[in-house]
Amino acid sequence: MDWMKIAFFGFALIVIISAGGIAFSRKMMYSAFSLLFTFFGVAGLYVLLNADFIAVTQIMVYIGGILILIIFGIMLTSKFTDLQIKSGTTGIVQITFATITTLVGAIFLIVTYFNTEWYQQPLVSVTTTVEPIGMLLMTKYFLAFQIAAILLLIAFIGAAKIARRK
Amino acid sequence: MEIGLFQYLFVSGILFCLGLFTILTRKNAIMVLMGLELILNSANINFLAFAKYSGMNFEGHIATLFVIILAAAEVAVALAIFLNIYQNYKHVNVDEISDLKD
Repeated sequence: MDWMKIAFFGFALIVIISAGGIAFSRKMMYSAFSLLFTFFGVAGLYVLLNADFIAVTQIMVYIGGILILIIFGIMLTSKFTDLQIKSGTTGIVQITFATITTLVGAIFLIVTYFNTEWYQQPLVSVTTTVEPIGMLLMTKYFLAFQIAAILLLIAFIGAAKIARRK
Repeated sequence: MEIGLFQYLFVSGILFCLGLFTILTRKNAIMVLMGLELILNSANINFLAFAKYSGMNFEGHIATLFVIILAAAEVAVALAIFLNIYQNYKHVNVDEISDLKD
């Protein structure tokens, strides 16, 4: 066992267990805190995939932004006195259907992933990831980058406008 | 066992299915949003895994960055809509908001 394997299995366990906590926990605040561990585990997997810049972006945007927004959303949209905010589930028919769909989907995905001959190249050693990402963003994907910035601006102004109390 | 492409795809497949299950079984709109975040994260793991195992192709990193940007915009707009729904209905259960159907 070398350290890469131990790190991979550790992060994968964190991701899967805390994602299961989101899917099966009754209390919404527990789900929100499980989401925190899922995001951290996914960021760890990004580091193992040689994507350190994306990992830091994940931590800053998802944990610093989206998770805080979601926790605010939970607290602003429920009459709560303590942490016992429950999320109701759909009926038994829908849960049975959802379970069957999910299991069939999981088996199909994993069999497909296992049996497909993916296009692979030998691994190359990477020194820096920030520089190639910056070069691509400023040359080939320049228009998409600028449009994404404008989209974020419009989305946030629109969100502030919609959420405002009349 | 060597850690290769399949192991990352396996983790992302499990994450995708847990997110799908969350979306399909929860009533509360914010839980649906959390399931959506799980699905987006599993897609990002796939992008980066294929980027690494096809000889460090940085286009996958760019795609992941745009997915993260879109997720941030989507969560902001969705929570603003949920706040409005809560002011009108006093709950955010997606199956009871059916005024247009009646």
